[in-house]
Amino acid sequence: MPEALDPSLVALYVFVLACFIGYWVVWGVTPSLHTPLVALTNAISGIVLVGALLVAGDPESGLLVQIIGFVAVLLASINVFGGFLVTHRMLSMFKKKK
Amino acid sequence: MDFSVNHQALAYLLSAILFILGLKGLTHPATARRGNLYAMLGMLIAIAATLLGREVQSYGFIIAGIAGGAVIGTIVAMRIQMTAMPQLVAALHSFVGLAAVLVGIGTFLHYRDAGLLNAVLMGEISAGVVIGAITFTGSIIAFGKLQGLLSGAPVKFKGQHLLNALIGLATVTLAVHFAMTGSLVSLILMTLLAFTLGVTLIIPIGGADMPVIISMLNSYSGWAAAATGFTLHNNLLIIVGALVGCSGAILSYIMCKAMNRSILNVVFGGFGSDSGAAGESAGAQAAEKGVKSAAIEDAVYWMEDAGKVIIVPGYGMAVAQAQHSLKELMELLMARGVEVKFAIHPVAGRMPGHMNVLLAEADIPYDQVLEMDEINPEFPSADVVLVVGANDVVNPAAKEDKTSPIYGMPILEAGRARQVYFLKRSMRPGYSGVDNLLFYQDNTYLVFGDAKDTIDGMNSALKGGGH
Repeated sequence: MPEALDPSLVALYVFVLACFIGYWVVWGVTPSLHTPLVALTNAISGIVLVGALLVAGDPESGLLVQIIGFVAVLLASINVFGGFLVTHRMLSMFKKKK
Repeated sequence: MDFSVNHQALAYLLSAILFILGLKGLTHPATARRGNLYAMLGMLIAIAATLLGREVQSYGFIIAGIAGGAVIGTIVAMRIQMTAMPQLVAALHSFVGLAAVLVGIGTFLHYRDAGLLNAVLMGEISAGVVIGAITFTGSIIAFGKLQGLLSGAPVKFKGQHLLNALIGLATVTLAVHFAMTGSLVSLILMTLLAFTLGVTLIIPIGGADMPVIISMLNSYSGWAAAATGFTLHNNLLIIVGALVGCSGAILSYIMCKAMNRSILNVVFGGFGSDSGAAGESAGAQAAEKGVKSAAIEDAVYWMEDAGKVIIVPGYGMAVAQAQHSLKELMELLMARGVEVKFAIHPVAGRMPGHMNVLLAEADIPYDQVLEMDEINPEFPSADVVLVVGANDVVNPAAKEDKTSPIYGMPILEAGRARQVYFLKRSMRPGYSGVDNLLFYQDNTYLVFGDAKDTIDGMNSALKGGGH
């Protein structure tokens, strides 16, 4: 059986390749949508919510940790809901000539 | 069926794909809304997969947190004015930053109690916490400057760079100490120093450089999420963090290029000032300097019979909330057979693409709104250019005067049109503090007054005094 790869190295692979995808995708975004781009990336960086859920969701870690987790869940959720909705609101305004 | 780690990983992969397709949707306004929906779906899948996983066992705090966040987020997103978008974005960036700090510290306490700590993990925690903390306080300062709670002028003092370097060095030292020993004291001190660093890094940067700062903090919030992903060995966080980090970095690059400045010059430069000459009336100052002013009627007279009118909006349009009046002006002129276009400089406004959103809000079709490279060849064929609250972005000094601080910056070549009308409140120079050479050109006239009032005046002249 081959030697297993260090998990941190796998994470590095994923990170570097994702940077390349991000680079190419974002250069394709039209400049007129740069504000919605900032708002959308803001919404999806609310993905730290996943980390917050892990901190808040383990009943065996004490109350302090759960409260820290709760605040993180609250903040990240504001980002997710606020970010997606405001992006939607902005994008609905972009119309072509009738 | 038990929802295993492998199921979760597959769901995360699906969610990552949806996020990438979501960003890809922003390639064109026609596909952008669908892109946003893809990204929403991706987020929904990510949250559901996390909640179904074995690690999440208690739901009370989670439900309360998500419900609270949903209510606050929805209210804010629905009520915010489009002109205040830069502030909202800065505020939201600060939340991502603080959430990353809390997740880092929470994970440390959680793993410490479970006896799972090691040096690599703690190194990753420090990275997430430090980047998150800088994002948090940096964004709060940016918010304060944009909201007018803090002065938009750069705050500079002697030894500033040395101070930043020392704080940075101390932060790194504490991070290393924390990774080696797992000392909670080092973790807390490191976090506090990183909070300070966020303040001292952003406070010297002036208001007109905000498009770069917003983009930079956008990038930081992504890197903070990615670092959290490394801590938690969560590939989805790493992927999303990398996407967001790259996006912010590319926007920063585009903004810097549009000002012909390097990112280091923006971060350490402390460019521009808020002070302006006060006292004398604008008209008197103008006459002294050999600048011609014009009445609203003069501008209307030339616009109503023009073949083509190009409007150049800037931050002043946002301040005056003049976009709706401009839309009416556009319609009145088009009804007379005039071709009307809008010219957008990449750094117009306080965040990337700010003007496009304001014009879209006023129902101005996006195919009439052109970027710098598209519109520049059209200026020589325009009869009238109307500059509404922009200044530096049309200053020919950027092309002609090698000694000017803005020399080399790409500009909208408004001066090549037959006539240029500048709507201005006063003779104050633009944000760069540089005098605008365009004012002294033979074909340029200044129309003094509030931008919205002036345009409303043009509109009623066009409606009333027809042929």
